[in-house]
Amino acid sequence: MARLNPNNLAIAQEGIARYPVPRSALIPLLHLAQEQDGYVTEDAMAHIAELVGVTPAEVMGTCSFYEMLKREPVGDYMVNICNGISCHLLGASALIHHAEDTLGVKPGGTTDDGKITLEAVECIAACTEAPCLQVNYRYRNQVTTEDFDQLVADLRADTAGVAPHGQLAKVRQHVSEDRWAGVSPPNGQGEPAWMARNPSDNGDGS
Amino acid sequence: MSAPAPTDLRIITSRFDIEDGHTLAGYERTGGYAGLRRALEMAPADVHGEVRTASLLGRGGAGFPAGVKWGFCPPGVWPRYLVVNGDESEPGTYKDRLLMERDPHQLIEGCLIACYALGLSQCFLYVRGEMAHAQERLAAALNEAYEAGYVGANVLGTEDFSVDITLHWGAGAYIVGEETALIESLEGDRGMPRLKPPYFPASIGLYGKPTIVNNVETLANLPWIVSNGGAAFAAMGADSSTGTRVFAVSGHVATPGVFEVPFGTTTFRDIIFDPRYAGGMRPGRTLKTFIPGGASAPWFFEEHLDLPLEKTTVDQAGSMLGSGAIVVMDDTTDVVKACHNVVRFFARESCGKCTPCREGTSWLEKILCRILSGQGRPQDLDLLMDVCDNISPGIAWPPRQTTICPLGPSAVSPIASALERFRGEFEAYLPATAVAVTTSAGAMS
Repeated sequence: MARLNPNNLAIAQEGIARYPVPRSALIPLLHLAQEQDGYVTEDAMAHIAELVGVTPAEVMGTCSFYEMLKREPVGDYMVNICNGISCHLLGASALIHHAEDTLGVKPGGTTDDGKITLEAVECIAACTEAPCLQVNYRYRNQVTTEDFDQLVADLRADTAGVAPHGQLAKVRQHVSEDRWAGVSPPNGQGEPAWMARNPSDNGDGS
Repeated sequence: MSAPAPTDLRIITSRFDIEDGHTLAGYERTGGYAGLRRALEMAPADVHGEVRTASLLGRGGAGFPAGVKWGFCPPGVWPRYLVVNGDESEPGTYKDRLLMERDPHQLIEGCLIACYALGLSQCFLYVRGEMAHAQERLAAALNEAYEAGYVGANVLGTEDFSVDITLHWGAGAYIVGEETALIESLEGDRGMPRLKPPYFPASIGLYGKPTIVNNVETLANLPWIVSNGGAAFAAMGADSSTGTRVFAVSGHVATPGVFEVPFGTTTFRDIIFDPRYAGGMRPGRTLKTFIPGGASAPWFFEEHLDLPLEKTTVDQAGSMLGSGAIVVMDDTTDVVKACHNVVRFFARESCGKCTPCREGTSWLEKILCRILSGQGRPQDLDLLMDVCDNISPGIAWPPRQTTICPLGPSAVSPIASALERFRGEFEAYLPATAVAVTTSAGAMS
């Protein structure tokens, strides 16, 4: 199974409809494929290519540019330790070395049980909480080596409360049909109606 | 003499401490969407006029006046789009994520005001891929706002104002924060910057149409500006840097944090040392250097502490406020390692489109690695500067560039700063024989 399943296909089609040009949905669709299978399979890229009307090679071209999109299986949990300058100043290197020793892998590697993939990543925008890390893109702040060991134990027991790799936001945008104004295609439409307003004919605005 | 006292004035972080400030109920209870209602009573051009009057500078890094940027849309060309730059990734920068997580409706209201003012018929809210919680908060807020009639068809029951906001997210690439790369990414492509000119996507942007790309913090200011008037906004802060600004102070300080302060009048000393803000150095430590505006900015030192956080002053002093990221380093810092850390970032994040950046940043990193491993050669310090000069001729400020975007020249900043001030620390890493050669060569010249 690697093409999008029927449920995800429906989500994909709803997403594509929010863009004036289907190709714009590529990155969200690649995330969806990753949510389904834990990584982006070649079959999924081919399916996405069909959905947005480009070639599989173009999908691969986009997919291979972005760090979060994995084209090989990774662990259930990506543990991404920040190595940005603020975290570097407050012990990121020591934390990364501790993680390497504890997990027995270098950054980029996955533990033998397939649970954890370790990465040393660039700044993740939690600079005042250094040193920090993300587990499947959920933050852990001011992480000590003791915190890290506890986290690893929780991840191995699946008790850390973190969804498996691939799932990002648990809430999706959803717009009911009657509330959607309609996409603005690049080759349609003139000046929007409200631009003709002037201060004297504005109504009550509510 | 002490600088002007910091104040507790908060405009865009006012809901950060309110438990339900991110929900529609919490937002409405605290005055939310009043700016949008006010805007809808005005002519679109007058809303634009208020933003011009406010002199709101863009908060993403370049600091270009938003009202002026808005004016670059060519007349008569439709549709026009709004793209929100929520790809906050500059090392040290931590404000847009908080604005998205803790006050998502404020950003949505800002988007609606911008769309109304300029006739932008669809908005794309591009959030950094790694920010799962921000994506959730924005999705939930958009779902609420659509159902309540603030977004979508016939906003607030009007017959003529309809605008959709599409939540979009990235997948991990710093370069996508550059606005033309952001547009490429939003079109489903590899996130590589576009050749300039045109310099502003306002003329040719998303799908080749006029596109306004604004930073999250910039847009978050709009509800207040429209509610209170551009003149009231311009009255805060300094003449050339108006309103408030959000700064993250991180690194070797007692109480790192994210602080909204009057723009242009607060000094670096205030924000780094005042107990209400970062609280000074850790006990027993002294300041060695600090980065005033994110990893791309040249470093500042003790003698710069009394400069105000004001765009022109900081530019003229040889650096920039950039994305509001102040990274403080104390006397325990190994500047060669710190320099390598920042350079490695740019080497990793270079998109590879322009040769001077692709090759130059990775060679800079390799040379610094060689120095750090004790294998440095006597000519390596000059070689670093030579590579820098190839990326950014003259190594001046503001930087000249041999590249399409400023990423490459950004890698020059830490090297030029650290080598000029702390050359001895680099030399200390060279093997004893190499140092001897350097010294004798220096004596000969």
